[in-house]
Amino acid sequence: MSLNINMEVNKDVLCIRLFGELDHHSADELRNQAVQAIEKYDIRHIILNLEHLSFMDSSGLGVILGRYKQIKQLNGEMVICAISPPIQRLFDLSGLFKIMTLEPTEEYALQRLGDA
Amino acid sequence: MKNMMKIQFSALSQNESFARVTVAAFIAQLDPTMDELTEIKTVVSEAVTNSIIHGYESDPDGIVYISVTLEDHVVELTIKDEGKGIPDVEEARQPLFTTKPELERSGMGFTIMENFMDDIVVNSHPGKGTEIRLRKHLSTSKMLCN
Repeated sequence: MSLNINMEVNKDVLCIRLFGELDHHSADELRNQAVQAIEKYDIRHIILNLEHLSFMDSSGLGVILGRYKQIKQLNGEMVICAISPPIQRLFDLSGLFKIMTLEPTEEYALQRLGDA
Repeated sequence: MKNMMKIQFSALSQNESFARVTVAAFIAQLDPTMDELTEIKTVVSEAVTNSIIHGYESDPDGIVYISVTLEDHVVELTIKDEGKGIPDVEEARQPLFTTKPELERSGMGFTIMENFMDDIVVNSHPGKGTEIRLRKHLSTSKMLCN
């Protein structure tokens, strides 16, 4: 079981959809791909869709926080959507939801960015 | 009845998923809930990742040791390395504390282990290694329904 990363660029919004398991091993790959896309496509906002993420540990929190800091410097926003209860617990423990927005679906996440 | 298993493997990041899946498969015989299984997989991942990144500083010659004991719905996990050890365990256990921010480590590993398990004991000796013992009492409600 590994991580599959699907990315879609829509103007200055990068939508990252994760499938599988996000741990220390797969976090490096996600970091490399996301950093590359943010620079190449002049990205300002990130939507992170976790609907099909079956497992995550604190290495996932680290890479997500890293991208949050990266786009904050570009005055962008990060919206997390479709999170499962076990992964939400990790976000709650770390306090990440105090700084990131949570929406039920990608559509709501896009709307949220439209209003921003 | 007491039941136990032991595994050991190279300190390589691709073995993190092997470790958590193997431990979960062994524990499955106690019929844990999905939440309990996810919690145990997560703490195995945290402890093994710590051994690889911090204990062995990503040296693949290092070996990570896991033993699991099951007895009366209690799971006891021991995850051990012979790496560089933790100089100040109390400090390392603080939420968000990390010695490797440049690697985007969140510093949440120990906090997650403490929250997802009932008991945690950390024995670490600089230059010799770290042993983490974790204990969790699984719910027995399913058994009563049978």
